Amino acid sequence: MKGMKFLRYLLIGTVFGITLAKAEVISWFRIYEMFKFQSFHMYGVIGSAVVVGIIVIQLIKRKKLKSIDGERIIVAPKQFSWARYIIGGSIFGLGWAMTGACPGPMFILLGNGVGVILVVIAAAVLGTYVYGKIRHKLPH
Amino acid sequence: MSELLDWISQPWPWYVAGPLIALVMFSMLFFGKSFGLSANLRTMCSILGAGKSCDFFDFNWRDQMWNLVFAAGLVLGGVISHLYLGYEPAANISETTITELQAFGIENPGENVVPIEIFNWENLLTVQGFLMIVVGGFLVGFGTRYAGGCTSGHAISGLSDLQPASLLAVVGFFIGGLVMTYFILPYLLVL
Repeated sequence: MKGMKFLRYLLIGTVFGITLAKAEVISWFRIYEMFKFQSFHMYGVIGSAVVVGIIVIQLIKRKKLKSIDGERIIVAPKQFSWARYIIGGSIFGLGWAMTGACPGPMFILLGNGVGVILVVIAAAVLGTYVYGKIRHKLPH
Repeated sequence: MSELLDWISQPWPWYVAGPLIALVMFSMLFFGKSFGLSANLRTMCSILGAGKSCDFFDFNWRDQMWNLVFAAGLVLGGVISHLYLGYEPAANISETTITELQAFGIENPGENVVPIEIFNWENLLTVQGFLMIVVGGFLVGFGTRYAGGCTSGHAISGLSDLQPASLLAVVGFFIGGLVMTYFILPYLLVL
């Protein structure tokens, strides 16, 4: 049944949401503190996620692990370029430091009852739309 | 049971959260999907009909439903931790951070999940609120799509796969974040 298939994503999302909430990753103050290098906390969270992630991906590659559908598991490769990642990344960073929320925590903050975050989400949707409209004119 | 609940109701240290995030990424890959939240913003544009005016949003958004359900799980996770897991909004941020933010007029730094004097509906109509909430959100949405991913797609998935593009994107995230935090927020916070 299709609905059952979706349930797994809801469950994984819930685990992710609880994790980021309980580890204070959704806190505006944690992001500020991170960019000011005043605590190891956020570097520990992202760093240990990446270290374990690297091990997991290496295992997937070496053992040629397959997904539940029987396909080889891959992380979609991102085509390399300088402009796109440095300029786009910097624009994202400006907004991340202002709102204290990236696209995951925005949804968790909503669940935490921060109603005005809806405006952040709406503005982010608008930002995505404007990118889509003018992307041909931007260096990639 | 209540002991277990007490135990998970404490703030989680980084070495618990980090590996769990990697597990979440693995679960998504195992189910044949990708781990990246910002794609949902593009899907929302498509749902709102942006495909009619722009080919970038002209795709069958129903194929992306799984990711929206994943995002709905995030909202649910927020609700559960808030209501049932002893959510104390106070973050255990450093003394230096507290002192610094107090000097910028934030009354109880870390006490709530966001600085409530900035992130509230009334403040939306001020220059400060408009910049931090609306412009901030806009830059997140614009930048993440320009860079082809956000923290989950680049900093976690991409770096785990040792992709140079993602490393560059994370460098970009930090350039923007540091410029904002060091050079612009000091003015924005006292507006």
